[in-house]
Amino acid sequence: MDIRCFTVLIFCPTQFHNLQELRHSASLANKVFIQRDYSEGTTCRFQTKFPSELESRIELTLFEETVKTLNNFYAEAEKIGGQSYLEGCLACATAYLIFLCMETRYEKVLKKIAKYIQEQNEKIYAPRGLLITDPIERGMRVIEISIYEDRGSSGSSSGSSSVSGSTAR
Amino acid sequence: MSQIQHAVPDGPIRYTQICTRSTSCSSPPTSSSAAGTEPPSCPGHRGRTPRRKWQVFPGRNRFYCDGRVMMARQTGVFYLTLVLILLTSGLFFAFDCPYLASNLSPAIPAVGAVLFVFVMGMLFRASFSDPGVLPRATPDEAADLERQIDSTSCSKPPPRSREVLINGQTVKLKYCFTCKIFRPPRASHCSLCDNCVERFDHHCPWVGNCVGRRNYRFFYLFILSLSFLTIFIFSFVITHVVLRSNRTGFLTTLKDSPASILEVVVCFFSVWSIVGLSGFHTYLISSNQTTNEDIKGTWSRKEGKDNYNPYSYGNVLTNCCAALCGPLPPSLIDRRGPIQADTPQTAPQSNGTGGSSYAPTQLHSHMCDQDQCIQSTKFVLQAAATPLLHSDPVVLPPLPAKPASLGGPCAYLGPAQPTLPSCAGDVLTLRDVAVDSHCHHHLHLHHLHHHQHFVSPEETPCGTPQGALPCPAHMHLQHPAPQVRYDPVTQDSLHEDSVRGLVKLSSV
Repeated sequence: MDIRCFTVLIFCPTQFHNLQELRHSASLANKVFIQRDYSEGTTCRFQTKFPSELESRIELTLFEETVKTLNNFYAEAEKIGGQSYLEGCLACATAYLIFLCMETRYEKVLKKIAKYIQEQNEKIYAPRGLLITDPIERGMRVIEISIYEDRGSSGSSSGSSSVSGSTAR
Repeated sequence: MSQIQHAVPDGPIRYTQICTRSTSCSSPPTSSSAAGTEPPSCPGHRGRTPRRKWQVFPGRNRFYCDGRVMMARQTGVFYLTLVLILLTSGLFFAFDCPYLASNLSPAIPAVGAVLFVFVMGMLFRASFSDPGVLPRATPDEAADLERQIDSTSCSKPPPRSREVLINGQTVKLKYCFTCKIFRPPRASHCSLCDNCVERFDHHCPWVGNCVGRRNYRFFYLFILSLSFLTIFIFSFVITHVVLRSNRTGFLTTLKDSPASILEVVVCFFSVWSIVGLSGFHTYLISSNQTTNEDIKGTWSRKEGKDNYNPYSYGNVLTNCCAALCGPLPPSLIDRRGPIQADTPQTAPQSNGTGGSSYAPTQLHSHMCDQDQCIQSTKFVLQAAATPLLHSDPVVLPPLPAKPASLGGPCAYLGPAQPTLPSCAGDVLTLRDVAVDSHCHHHLHLHHLHHHQHFVSPEETPCGTPQGALPCPAHMHLQHPAPQVRYDPVTQDSLHEDSVRGLVKLSSV
């Protein structure tokens, strides 16, 4: 596996286009999981509590803003109001065939979320050696934040987990 | 459908393939590139590297049409439903409609056809879609949760449950040992499908699938439209027979249109159950409850004066609209997605006692090295599964006498098992059969595994989360024996399941 100094990445913004490279070149030190907040029922919300492992890596305000924006997106997707009723009734009237042509509002919002997360990763998190995984890839259970470290200074004993088969190479 | 794929190929093959990919990938999974370029898979290809996520789906579901269709394992009753509806409707259109169209109105067959198409559409939608299955936790998540659970130690509430305040009502979230997650509120684990399902209503054998968040509205519309169709056919067949008898006499009518008798009989017996079921679900929708919650009396006044349903919007109309016209969430399991090399595999199965013996604290400090998990899993699998493959008798932990044992766990299943009251009403006899067969299945194959769900956290003594378990019927099952004897009575058709099941039991 290539041993690329993590610091090089910071000075090569082009690398951020391919966040996969971040995963493969820096070593994964830890993963933090932001759990769901069920205090408002079954709607999708994530806890805004700041995990201690991130204290040294990112500012509280940035983190909170990311989580709050994600929560707002999910609230928008699951909102029950005029537009969702209209969509529901129209879908029922067409025996749900209409979804062959158009995507549901939820799916539209999920695309927005994916874009937002990608943007946040590129601008804010990757420069700090962090990576947010879209909750939809974890079944909407958690927001997974991977903490990467410079391979040279890493004291962690973990191999990369799901990221690669390269540990055995 | 000629391509019937079991989601899980033979146990050892599946695990070996996953292991190979995650450790040293000598042959990287052939392309997840273009979806349609691969030739349609033929039944004899099980040894091939799985390309899509449904092929390695850990639950007990069946997938058809390359992952587009998802159903439960037992689909016999679904075919019965299909046959009944098709037969009755077919006979109606063939024998009664010509007379009715010419003598009464052509609108009758037209309305009948619309109803029929709607019923079939809703049935297929309810049966074939993902009910809202929650994917299992990745190894990292599972390790993180375990760490949190261990660190809370002897506190109230017990570690494997969390309490959360929803709209002023305290709701307990339970930890699912199979999926390794804390179940969201209203979610439940279906033991027939072996999945946690969001807003779990019940497992419906008639529909051949669980009914949960994503397909509840289709299920409801199905039973509602089916009630209308049944009443429609019933009334118009009676009309037809009466009108004809007025002209030609009753016996001649029966001779000319013998199918009418069959239709009347089928409709008569169906009407009670289906209309009753529709009424029941209308009540559930208007009060925003699930069948599961209603059966358990979770929100009933009897539990306490302050007990109320925190999910209800307070208004019947809003509840109905929310259930039927609310946004449809997407499937979380991404069954047709390609399997990527860096896709995190779900945590290996461990029973309740296995966790401690595997020294989870060590794992946590190493962030659950997946290679370690898989290597040890592989080792134990080889030890436990190879005897099975060679059909040698293996030893199950000793159970009480078989009839009693069948009765025991099944009785125990009774109160807590959400799948038992599958479709209320008339399914009694069928339910017993289904339950017995599943009980049998579970008894021999998944007893330990099953057992985890029923040890509710309240019963587990503090400090020994995997320790002494109070239920006497299951005492002897606390320690998973490294060797399991396979009951020779079990049929061959369950062999694959048994391999999987025992592989699950022995994986630590």
